[in-house]
Amino acid sequence: MSEWWTYTLSDFLMFSKPTYFRLFALLNEAVWPAHLVALLAGLALVLAILRGAGKAGRLAAVLLAVCWLWVAWTYHAQRYAGINLAGPYFAMGFALQTVLLAWLATRRRAPAIASWHGPLGGLAFALVLAALLVYPLFAVFDGRGWQQAEVFGIAPDPTVAATLGMLLLWRAPPLLWIVPLLWCFVSGATLRELHAAQAWALPAVGVLALAAMLVARLRMRPLPRQHTQLGN
Amino acid sequence: MSMPYRERRRILQAMLAAGGCALAPPLLAQQPLVTRPIPSSGEQLPVVGLGSWITFNVGNDAQARAACTEVVKAFFAGGGRLVDSSPMYGSAQSVIGEALARLGHPAALFAADKVWTSSGGPAQIETSRTLWRIPRFDLLQVHNLLAWDAQLPLLLRMKATQRLRYVGITTSEGRRHGEIVKLMESQPLDFVQISYNVLDREVENRILPLARERRIAVIVNRPFRQGELTQALAGKPLPGWASEIGCSSWAQVLLKFIVSHPDVTCAIPATSNPRHALDNMLAARGPMPDQALRRRIVADVKRLT
Repeated sequence: MSEWWTYTLSDFLMFSKPTYFRLFALLNEAVWPAHLVALLAGLALVLAILRGAGKAGRLAAVLLAVCWLWVAWTYHAQRYAGINLAGPYFAMGFALQTVLLAWLATRRRAPAIASWHGPLGGLAFALVLAALLVYPLFAVFDGRGWQQAEVFGIAPDPTVAATLGMLLLWRAPPLLWIVPLLWCFVSGATLRELHAAQAWALPAVGVLALAAMLVARLRMRPLPRQHTQLGN
Repeated sequence: MSMPYRERRRILQAMLAAGGCALAPPLLAQQPLVTRPIPSSGEQLPVVGLGSWITFNVGNDAQARAACTEVVKAFFAGGGRLVDSSPMYGSAQSVIGEALARLGHPAALFAADKVWTSSGGPAQIETSRTLWRIPRFDLLQVHNLLAWDAQLPLLLRMKATQRLRYVGITTSEGRRHGEIVKLMESQPLDFVQISYNVLDREVENRILPLARERRIAVIVNRPFRQGELTQALAGKPLPGWASEIGCSSWAQVLLKFIVSHPDVTCAIPATSNPRHALDNMLAARGPMPDQALRRRIVADVKRLT
């Protein structure tokens, strides 16, 4: 690209704000009642965090892997790619995260969920709850109505936010953080260029989760296999 | 000079359909359309065309696609001809193709598209043509000079074999003007597409005079700085001089400033609103600002933005 320094993010934005948010209305309409399944998956994540031991970690990883694959196909490949030339690449990125989560779920050492009691564990749990409960409200607060609500397991941003919370609770390997953190940047930059009120939200989730993960790694010894206190 | 009754009636009907009566004084709609010749052929083009960057990239949204069809309908009803797009504009080409099909392929269409690839130019052009649902393009341009050394010879061959009528190059936001000048000086171009508006006027120094000298038609993109100018001027009262040139909106003022430059052939504002499409087309009618008023437009827009 010649004279690359003259380009700004806005030069790559190829759709309008109404077009972008209409995607969620069309997506919600097309996949309903998948929202009920997504809601159950979200509840299962919360229960897994509360229970913390046994097969909960594996179950949570499987659920998130399915959510990422679903978002890769129904959102990125089938809809976002229609207005964004980078859509197919985003779909591939989400599919890659599916593979990584599936690997986490099936590897011999089960992904232990740390306790949510304590500052870092509490932050991680809060991120998951925010992804499930707060994200759908952004559309309403923005005056766009429930039709455009971004729902965990259906839309990318709340799915990524919940995943970051779980990665923190799992003390997941760095490899699993790459795609979610990249998406925080991509989504935040896109929404900022669209002058969307929620543009700060996902980058803030990414920064908080990343900072908490670094603190946890600095402070803690390697985790025992199951249900370890995080951040104390 | 008065326009034919049928054309006048068509425009007034379109104004009513678009709810644009308040925007478009009927007297202005009765003024003849201002056209400019393409220097290499003498073919006349209305000085306002239709762009599709962002506004027509609406994906598979049936409701939004129908609204885009209304924009294209208003554009043709207002006397427009040149519609411009690119493979880089997401779903815009297919949206245009759908609109043209729904409108029964308006005979006035002057189809302008681009080639935007470092390899596989013929395949991309054929895909674009299929999406537009037309037998051939009138104008193909090398988008942002990407791989121009490969694509320009391809387009010139297409023109030589009468599979294309005109060849051009494009840039936007003032980039790569040095290369644009070199190609304008060395290549047999019919069109050059550049960014030009009340506040971004660098092209007045070199590119526009060179286009006149080399007999190259000039298409102007980003006439409103991608909406920045119209948003900044929204709600601000039009100065008294606007009525002297028959303008009832800032968009018309901004467009008349551009197309009153003698070396500009056509400006291509983009919109997703049929009312705005018709409003823009009215800038191609009535008196144009003279040099003194052009200077005043620049001063007033600078002061107000």
